[in-house]
Amino acid sequence: MPKALCKIVPTIAVLLLASACSIEPWVQPYERQNMADPIMSFDRDPVASSYTHHVYQSREGARGAEGGGGGGCGCN
Amino acid sequence: MVLKAAAEAAVVVIKYLLAGLLLFITHVSVAVVLPEERSDVLYHSYEGGGVKIDGPSVLVRKNFADTISFSANYYVDSVSSASIDVTTSGASEYTEERKEYSFSTTYLHDKSLMSLGVTSSRENDYEGDTVFFSVNQDMFGDLSNISFSYARGNDTVGQTGNDSFEETASRQNYSLGLSQILTKKLIIGLNYESISDKGFLNNPYRNYRFLNNPLNSADGYQLAQEVYPETRTSDAIAIRAAYYLPYRAALKGEYRYFTDDWGIIAHTYELKYTHPFNDAWLVDLKFRTYEQQQADFYSDLFTFASQDSKDFRARDKELSTFENQTIGLSISYQLPHFSHRVEQSRISLEWDYINFSYDNFTDLGDITAAVGEERQYEFSANVIKFFFSIWY
Repeated sequence: MPKALCKIVPTIAVLLLASACSIEPWVQPYERQNMADPIMSFDRDPVASSYTHHVYQSREGARGAEGGGGGGCGCN
Repeated sequence: MVLKAAAEAAVVVIKYLLAGLLLFITHVSVAVVLPEERSDVLYHSYEGGGVKIDGPSVLVRKNFADTISFSANYYVDSVSSASIDVTTSGASEYTEERKEYSFSTTYLHDKSLMSLGVTSSRENDYEGDTVFFSVNQDMFGDLSNISFSYARGNDTVGQTGNDSFEETASRQNYSLGLSQILTKKLIIGLNYESISDKGFLNNPYRNYRFLNNPLNSADGYQLAQEVYPETRTSDAIAIRAAYYLPYRAALKGEYRYFTDDWGIIAHTYELKYTHPFNDAWLVDLKFRTYEQQQADFYSDLFTFASQDSKDFRARDKELSTFENQTIGLSISYQLPHFSHRVEQSRISLEWDYINFSYDNFTDLGDITAAVGEERQYEFSANVIKFFFSIWY
């Protein structure tokens, strides 16, 4: 069974990925004016958001997955 | 045997997935773009809990030949601290300065983005250097964007007044990101980041406390330097969403789950509302709440002293059980056009008010209370970001 899995699972995975290639975008490029609006950005001002992350990282036990503005810093 | 076969199957799956991913990266038509060309000059200030930290941050980004982008950031923290950690240890208020320099370059090639960068941080008792690399790719008709990044940091830890003290710590970050346009008005983002540390991970100035007499707390307590594990591995996963409202405004939500092998579990929730007024003004309202459960080796008051280097002891408030809430307001104004070389310029002010309340970190300044019965510590902080930005 494990040997069969070795062949079947990867094949399914590749087929899934390949089929995704042919997915028609359900939001067309000309329908994305809302997405292009800066108010929708998760990281509108990187210089300010990286500072905000630094403030929280210094005072909380949690860290990581802040999204944007990161990239690693020597701020332990 | 079965486990071995399963592990082999997993390796094969990963190889196929990576092969599939590379196939996309090289063949799918995408529309990734270089970071926007802009420069920011920011003044930041944090004040609360006996600590005042402020300074400038300057960010400059410039693109060349539509394929390469350079970014440089200069950042300073000027610290003046008489925090509860300083006063508890018996030290007096101190001042210090930290300077940080970052450089990165992003290359656009065959419709994929690759970034490489370094960050260097210097202060009188701590040096940190980090290199990072990331790749970013749009997929599926540009509705999806995936990213991967890796960072490695090497730190040198010193102690003011003790020239013989020098320790090192290293850190590796792996992160994966996916952003997905779901509808014309809704986009979501998923981020995962794993961070592993090795080396001297505690703050050499922080102490834990333990009873002089385990049988009678009335005999008082004494302080000793904290004893931390030499490794730490953490995982964080976040989901965020942005929704374009029926009128021109955006609502954003975020949740992050955090866990590590020190026993800390944390939840972060954030809600943000962005509202423009005509074309010039932009207002953000933010509410964020954070709660965490303490590290396994944290205690406000230990019964005994640490017996050896594996008998961990910590009394860092950042490792205790606590929560905080943030309310934030930001206002940004687009300035009138003043030069043909500048496309747009803005001036922005952000203010965050954060309230911290600790469940099991007491205020040792409460000397009238019996040992172990001191009031729980709490404090609030005001965080200001005032910055000027130009796009060109």
